[in-house]
This record gives sequence, structure tokens and C-alpha cells, in this order.
Amino acid sequence: MTPPAGRYTLVAICLHWLLAVAIVATFCVGLYMSDLPFSPQRLKLFNWHKWAGVTILALSAVRLLWRLTHRPPPDLPMPAWQQRAAHGTHHLLYLLFFAVPLVGWAYSASAGFPIVLFGVLPLPSFVSVDKEMAEVYKAWHAYLAYGLAALVLMHVAAAVKHQVVDRDGLLSRMWPAPRGARP
Amino acid sequence: MMKNLLTVSALALGLAQALPAAAQQKVVPAQSEIGFVSKQMGVPVEGKFRKFDAQVAFDPKHPDAAKIAFTIDLASVSLGAAETEAEVAKPDWFNTKAFPQATFQSSTVKALGAGKFEVAGKLTIKGASRDVLVPVALAQAGPATTASGAFTIKRLEFKIGDGDWKDTSMVADDVQVKFKLSLTGVAPL
Repeated sequence: MTPPAGRYTLVAICLHWLLAVAIVATFCVGLYMSDLPFSPQRLKLFNWHKWAGVTILALSAVRLLWRLTHRPPPDLPMPAWQQRAAHGTHHLLYLLFFAVPLVGWAYSASAGFPIVLFGVLPLPSFVSVDKEMAEVYKAWHAYLAYGLAALVLMHVAAAVKHQVVDRDGLLSRMWPAPRGARP
Repeated sequence: MMKNLLTVSALALGLAQALPAAAQQKVVPAQSEIGFVSKQMGVPVEGKFRKFDAQVAFDPKHPDAAKIAFTIDLASVSLGAAETEAEVAKPDWFNTKAFPQATFQSSTVKALGAGKFEVAGKLTIKGASRDVLVPVALAQAGPATTASGAFTIKRLEFKIGDGDWKDTSMVADDVQVKFKLSLTGVAPL
């Protein structure tokens, strides 16, 4: 399957939007659940958040492999610093797609709660139970997640700027509809 | 008079030493553990009781005459997180104010051979009593005898995790109780 010139492949587009929704939702659940009192609701949300995080991690691995084996469309004309900023942001985003869930996983495991994916598949704990380290991982999980949120906001702001100010059709490269139906 | 008393005491002491099997066996708390594993959305969560007491009269040769009784201080539960420990003291869980202790009282002990026994008895938690069958394996090294085993109870039968927590898809009904008890004074197997 060769995508039309100037567009991402359909797989890349699907992964982009699927992960966009998953990451935003999981981030919001994470923000909401951390202040909840001890309750079935809290337990449920914590586990859903962990399952979502591991799913995001796995899908990000698929996405990275796809990205490494499929050339994205060439950059649209724009100042060099903007190209560098865009590529830098993309690299950092990818880094955090892995770092945020992995540190969250380490937090859960070190706190004495191994992750059991969807309640049925026990995942290995790659760190030992250590309450002090759990606090460190917890803090880093939050810092990195806020960092990811900041990068996502930049990424969205840049895309909107291209769409509304530059009107260069950049967004159509990642839009699920065919070329004729540009947003 | 004083002399007589001393003689009687000495006799009694000698008698007690001559009949070790009739004497109560002692649990060494520092080398003993009573814990449990509950499953929360599939995740095994371990807990331990730091304070418990036992009265054990047990001779491996005469298991039918054995009497084993346990008292477990529910407020001594350790779950690895202070906020969880505070939570389980509440009425929906252990309700430690009203029911500070869980007890076990054996009724019959059966020898299964090769150092294995089956202890039947009554487990009482939060005012509810249930008959349980506890498999026990004994291992002896020098003067110490280690009794270990595990059995499963249903938490809802004891109203542990009541109210909002009744949902067994969140916290499984089955709770595994595990123990390893170090005993002194047990006669050789």
C-alpha cells in the first residue's frame, strides 16, 4: 500500500489518532484519580489507568517500528527553526510515550502492586518492592506526564497555527479522510 | 512446712519435665507468620498480622487429643501502606473497635502421614463463625518444629469488605490465609 504523496500512511494516521485519544484520556483519569479517597471507584480507576498505560506503551512500540520502517511525507516549506522545533518535539514526544508508562509501571511495582493487565495477565515487575523508590517513581511519573502534556499542547498549537495562519494544508497529511476532503 | 512445700514444688517440676507431651507447646512469635493474600482486580495484595497468640497442646503421636487455639489481633494488620491499614480498621472491613480479635479453635486433628495433618476447627471473625479445614505440614529441626500451611476463606461469609466493597469483581471473595509457625516443645514426629 503506497500512500498518496504528501500524506502519512493509513496505519500511521490510525495509530496517531488512537494514541492521541488514549493518551489524553489516560492523562485526565490520572489527574482525577490521584485525589480520590480510598473507594472501589479509586481502585477501579487506578487499574484502568495502569491497563491503559501498558496498552499505550505497547501501541507506541508498534508505532515506533512503523515509523522507523515507513518514511513520513517530506516537510512542508517553513523556516528552518520551525522544522527543527517540530522534529525536536516529535522526538521528545516519542521518548515520553515510553518513559511515562514505564516509570508508572515501576511506581506500581515498587509500591507492591504488580500490574495484572485487564485483571488476567500478570506482568513482570522489573523493580523490587521499595516504598522509598515508589515515592521517587511517583514524582517522576507525574513530572514526565506533565512534560508530555506540555509537548502535546505545543504540538496541537503548531498544527492549529499551520491550519489557520499558514493555511498550508499540513493537517491534511495526518487527517483520516482522503485528499479531496481536506479539513 | 517450708521444706514440704519445696519438696512438692520440686516434685511437680520433675513431673512436668517427665511429661513433655502433656505440656503446652509454645509458639515463637519472632519466627512465626500469619498472613493472607487477597486479589484486587486480579492483583495479589499481601497482608500480615504482627500480633497473635496461640495455645497449642499437640503430640504428633496422639493427634486426636490435640487442642489448638489461636487469637489474632486484627488491629495489628500490616498491608504495606498506612492509609490502607487505617481503612481496614473501619466497620466495612475488620471493624476492629467492635471485633478486635479473630479466633480459631480446633475440634479434631487427623494425621495424614509423612508429617502432614488436617486440622478441623472453627474460625471466628467479626462475630461470624465458619468451620474450616486447615492442612498443616510439620518440619522438625532440632528443638524447633515448623508448622506451615494455607487455606482459603470467603471474605463475604465474614462480612469483610461490606457495603460498597461487596463487589467480588473488585476484591475477590476468596482470600488465601497462609501461616508458618515456629513451635517449641513438640515431641518428635
